[in-house]
Amino acid sequence: MASNDATAALHGSRIIAAIKDAGIDYVLSVPDITTAGGLLAPIAEDNALRLIRVCKEDECLGIAMGLAMCDKRALILIQHTGLLDSINALGGVAVEFKQPICFMVGLLEREVDRPPRQSGRFRIRIVEPILDVMGIPHHLVDNDADIAVISPGIQTAYRDNWPVAFLIGRPPVAS
Amino acid sequence: MMQRDACFHVLKRHLTDEIVVATYTSAHDWIAIAPRDLNYFSTGAMGLASSHALGLALGCPERRVVVLDGDGSLCMNLGTLITIAAAGPRNLIHCVSHNGTYEANGGHPLPSRKVDFAGLARAAGYKHACTISDVAAFEAQIGGLLTMEGPVFVELMVVPGAAYPIDYPNLYRADRREALKAALAGIPPR
Repeated sequence: MASNDATAALHGSRIIAAIKDAGIDYVLSVPDITTAGGLLAPIAEDNALRLIRVCKEDECLGIAMGLAMCDKRALILIQHTGLLDSINALGGVAVEFKQPICFMVGLLEREVDRPPRQSGRFRIRIVEPILDVMGIPHHLVDNDADIAVISPGIQTAYRDNWPVAFLIGRPPVAS
Repeated sequence: MMQRDACFHVLKRHLTDEIVVATYTSAHDWIAIAPRDLNYFSTGAMGLASSHALGLALGCPERRVVVLDGDGSLCMNLGTLITIAAAGPRNLIHCVSHNGTYEANGGHPLPSRKVDFAGLARAAGYKHACTISDVAAFEAQIGGLLTMEGPVFVELMVVPGAAYPIDYPNLYRADRREALKAALAGIPPR
């Protein structure tokens, strides 16, 4: 449950622990300023996760599906603009082929005092409705308590062969 | 120039246990020429064949992955050359059929027919990149290319050959994905 509390804390180290708990082998990423310092930077230094730096977000869907065919788990770490740019691949790869594509999506410049659907920023406001239309479950990760949804959400995605998206509502702090 | 299907017949003779990722017109040719469990057609969006192949190559490092891409498809995802080169899969061979058109989309020309795709791959950092324009040269080189340390890029200067059935629902059947997964997991085919 998102707090909409401007002072709530979100720790990248706890998100990374949840990712590892879910059995993620690879992180596929195009940098996002929301998660660049608190999440992507420590992932890049973490020998237990293999980071693949990708040029454009839709590539991640193909890479993740190829890995899934080999029984390897991947997390796609991108910005919401990249998710919107990847809608065709999201529909073709994740939904139509029923693939366990797991996204962690930074909501760039989301206002932390209101839910994303009520954002004053158009592209923030439409993320959750688009995921709803595509039938993709999504979870707002806005504070440390929300991190509890990550590992079970990824496990469910791989069990059911269906995508999931975790929306990072504020910049995580690294430690 | 060589006919694409003639080239693929040569490739088929040299394959053993490689995964082959094929997309659009290359996929229509390939499924007719070489039906096998180790084929992968489910690319889902134009341009992503080589991205799927990168995932397969990283996930199955003990097995070689051959991509049969098209120049129109590659134009939609040129960044893949940089991503692949940086990831550096030693078991990936990226073949691109260069005919200068969006063949699957009605045969209209690419914005430019003069692109040196092998040059782009070389500049991006592929270990090896070459251009092949006739079947005899392909026959002579493919054995070595298939064993070379990758990522390897092969630009094939082609024209369409025989017309093969275009059947996307057949290409994208879920049981094809299941057969590939089973083959990769070492489960014998039913």
